[in-house]
Amino acid sequence: MIAALRCVIVRDLRLAARRSSDVLTVLLFFVIVVSLFPLGVGPDPKLLRVVAPGVLWVAALLASMLALGRVFAQDHADGTLEQMMMGATPLGLVVAAKVLAHWLVTGLPLVLISPILALQFDFPQDLLGVLILSLALGTPILGLIGAIGAALTLGLRGAGALLSLLVLPLYVPVLIIGAGAADAAASGLGGQAQLLILGAMLIVAAAFAPWASAAALRISVE
Amino acid sequence: MQTPLEAIDLCCVRGERTLFEGLSFTLKGGDLLRIGGPNGSGKTSLLRIACGLLEPESGEVRWGGESILRLKEEFWVRLLYIGHANALKDDMSAAENLGVASTLAGIVADRRQVAEALARLGLAGRENLPVRVLSQGQRRRAALARLALGAAVPLWVLDEPFTALDAKAVENVQELMRGHVSRGGAVLYTTHHEADIGAAGSRRIDLAGGK
Repeated sequence: MIAALRCVIVRDLRLAARRSSDVLTVLLFFVIVVSLFPLGVGPDPKLLRVVAPGVLWVAALLASMLALGRVFAQDHADGTLEQMMMGATPLGLVVAAKVLAHWLVTGLPLVLISPILALQFDFPQDLLGVLILSLALGTPILGLIGAIGAALTLGLRGAGALLSLLVLPLYVPVLIIGAGAADAAASGLGGQAQLLILGAMLIVAAAFAPWASAAALRISVE
Repeated sequence: MQTPLEAIDLCCVRGERTLFEGLSFTLKGGDLLRIGGPNGSGKTSLLRIACGLLEPESGEVRWGGESILRLKEEFWVRLLYIGHANALKDDMSAAENLGVASTLAGIVADRRQVAEALARLGLAGRENLPVRVLSQGQRRRAALARLALGAAVPLWVLDEPFTALDAKAVENVQELMRGHVSRGGAVLYTTHHEADIGAAGSRRIDLAGGK
């Protein structure tokens, strides 16, 4: 079973490496959106410092939504998804492995590049840790929740718009708490409470979302 | 294969059309069951029901007396399904594809066994090319190479295995199917290919088409 899960992760990473333009699109989108804000809002450092967590979070959320369509679509189109459904490993675990691989190529790069982007906002360095940690905890939640939506809308026409509608309301709490972490830290309250809530959300999402996605996939593939 | 696959009173409805109803059959070790019928008569749907990918409108498929929808993974490790789609990744080589497919199916196969399986289907020397550059027939062969690794899997369900294959490859696949049946495995398949596989337990069910 472990071998099968490792095999799924390695496979997805390998496919992403061989089709790196897909992955780079997401990262580029994130970088562009975040970089446009200082240009648009103006050079007032005080204002930029305030909006920084929100901008980074909204951009990360949109970027991860941009990538969602690809979690299952290709496997569905070429028939490999059916094979995964009839594999020796429970589908929920396979989905979890796929979401992890998806996060490694579309979520982790955003987290890693965010400290550099935060420089454009003159974001205080002692608060960077909280911001990065909130993104590191938050982006996998977005991926896990998004996978349910992606599974439900698999194979539908106009899936993109429907997917956004389905997933956005569920993203909102993550966004509020995630962006709130850095805000709270900036105001001297410390972001711990928000980070702990994000951590709890991640645990719950990791435990349940893959199984919900698996059930949705079975319906979609029928 | 001691545990037989039983289809009991299956009914399949797609959209408004009833494709078949009251369909029952049993498949036990040594059986080679061909599903015939015109296009759109529900052959693929029947195979997907037999695999547990599709739920029948009514009726049940059982493996060793227990519903396959309840057995799930316990049933699926005993099943090898090759559908219309080849389930190959364009960006990976035939060998990589086969390796991943067998690992997912719970079959342990090392590099050499994978290469041998591909060679059996006539893909020797092409196993490391990305599937993208292979022809339609070669892709089908790469998908069917799973059969060469699936000797220990009792039940094979093959949806149009011979499409796009040349005469030599068709003979190869038929030989694999014959071998599997003679080992006591069972094969459920559809084809429009009029060819006698020549195994003792051959049977045929024809679907009449929708009503």
